[in-house]
Amino acid sequence: MKLITAIIKPFKLDDVREALSAIGVQGMTVTEVKGYGRQKGHTEIYRGAEYAVSFLPKIQIEVAVKSEMVEAVIETISGKAKTGQIGDGKIFVLPLEQVVRIRTGETDGDAL
Amino acid sequence: MSFDCKKVGTCAAVAAGAILASSGTAFAAAPKIDSGDTAWMITSSALVLMMTIPGLALFYAGMVRKKNILATAAQSFGATCIITVLWMVIGYSVAFTTNANSNLNQYIGSFNYFLLGPMGLNATSTLAPTIPESVYMFFQMTFAIITPALIAGAIADRMKFSAFMWFMSLWLLFVYCPIAHWVWGGGFLGQWGALDYAGGTVVHLNAGTAGLVACLMLGKRVGYGTENMAPHNLLFALIGASLLWVGWFGFNAGSAVTANVNAGMAAAATQIATAAAALGWMIMEWMINKKPSVLGMISGAVAGLVAITPASGFVNPMGALVIGFSAGVVCYFASVWVKKWLGYDDALDTWGVHGVGGALGAMMTGMFASNAINSSAKGWLIDGNAHQMLIQFYDVGCTFLYSGIGTFIILKLIDIVIGIRVSRDVEVEGLDINLHGETVHG
Repeated sequence: MKLITAIIKPFKLDDVREALSAIGVQGMTVTEVKGYGRQKGHTEIYRGAEYAVSFLPKIQIEVAVKSEMVEAVIETISGKAKTGQIGDGKIFVLPLEQVVRIRTGETDGDAL
Repeated sequence: MSFDCKKVGTCAAVAAGAILASSGTAFAAAPKIDSGDTAWMITSSALVLMMTIPGLALFYAGMVRKKNILATAAQSFGATCIITVLWMVIGYSVAFTTNANSNLNQYIGSFNYFLLGPMGLNATSTLAPTIPESVYMFFQMTFAIITPALIAGAIADRMKFSAFMWFMSLWLLFVYCPIAHWVWGGGFLGQWGALDYAGGTVVHLNAGTAGLVACLMLGKRVGYGTENMAPHNLLFALIGASLLWVGWFGFNAGSAVTANVNAGMAAAATQIATAAAALGWMIMEWMINKKPSVLGMISGAVAGLVAITPASGFVNPMGALVIGFSAGVVCYFASVWVKKWLGYDDALDTWGVHGVGGALGAMMTGMFASNAINSSAKGWLIDGNAHQMLIQFYDVGCTFLYSGIGTFIILKLIDIVIGIRVSRDVEVEGLDINLHGETVHG
């Protein structure tokens, strides 16, 4: 099992959610986050006072899937979240040791 | 005798003369209260009050950081309350009644209206004979409220509330009241013929100068120039600026003190100048900073309102258009570039918008005043009266010097006794929680 964490542009969330749902991903967790990568930040100017905004708003999605689905999920997210512009985001894949569904007590593959 | 020119200097002189002439003898005709004028002036008073609360409170609070929103709004609200009471106690008397000693009357009114004692139900002022004096006193009170409250923009984010309330009180009595008397109450500037329809120098240059002096004395905010001090909620600022715009019809058209043709033309001039100024600032920003910001548009609108204030009852619509557009461009440079070059921290640009806009408006009033619009005025460009420019310059100079020196002395005294600036810890953590014990979002 793998936990896939992806940081994407906020306005791409709906496209990504629909596409993941279509390939059989059963659920996801979404968080509004701020951060920076190669895009760095940008500057804002208020009556001539310039401020560097170093953290830009992004959406972080977390999806837990069986190992055989990892490639499909990565492809889907990459395809849907891509604009070709700097700041499209990143995908991290982490090993997942255990999963428990609280209501039923099911574990691992059954709980995904 | 038409009193459609309460705030025309020459008219104030006539009024003062009328008082002298009538002393010892009965008035030729008893003043007659006009119901239309009275209705308009009560409405105007409420409109001008709305400019301070919630207009100015929202305008300023939207431009500060989240930790100082309530403290900034509290300054407008607190000023409204303390000034209302002080105006009733002695402010109105000093500013708008006639001193029996005609030499002293050049500079200051009488003390006879202490606690508004002589103001009975049917009393009228010689400065506004067609409305009850209670209404005239209230109308002028709302001007007295907003003028000191404007200074809060320059000192935002770092002044003690206690020091602020003392500052408002002393500044009202020792700076605003005398200057209002000089121009509108029968004093020397009015007698010279200074044209200030609704307060370009008395209100805006006066407050702007005080703001400049105050921000220099307080020093820069902690982190100025390095930390992010971006406005917390520009939508508040936009609502506030819009309320200022709407309320300003009470300010300018109300300054006719009657519901007549001058009030109508002043209202039209105000609307035209404000829109032109907002466009002026927008265009400059669009060309130089590449984006037309909301903060720029609303700042330009306020600059236009300020600049048309002294001119509103004297100029025709074309004059208003030129004055407005000029104000947008000039105040943009004052607030965005001059402040940066000189390095003072006029936090919300009280000087850049009100000081510079007020002085510009006063000078341009001399240029564009038209005898065809107001029979008590003769301007330079239309009527060929270049001398008016000199009088306007005296008006600007006297206001700047007196306001600057008066503000310095008052703040120095308050600083010695209780201190004017909050501690560094309080400033960094925020004024809301430390000075008022509350925060805007629970």
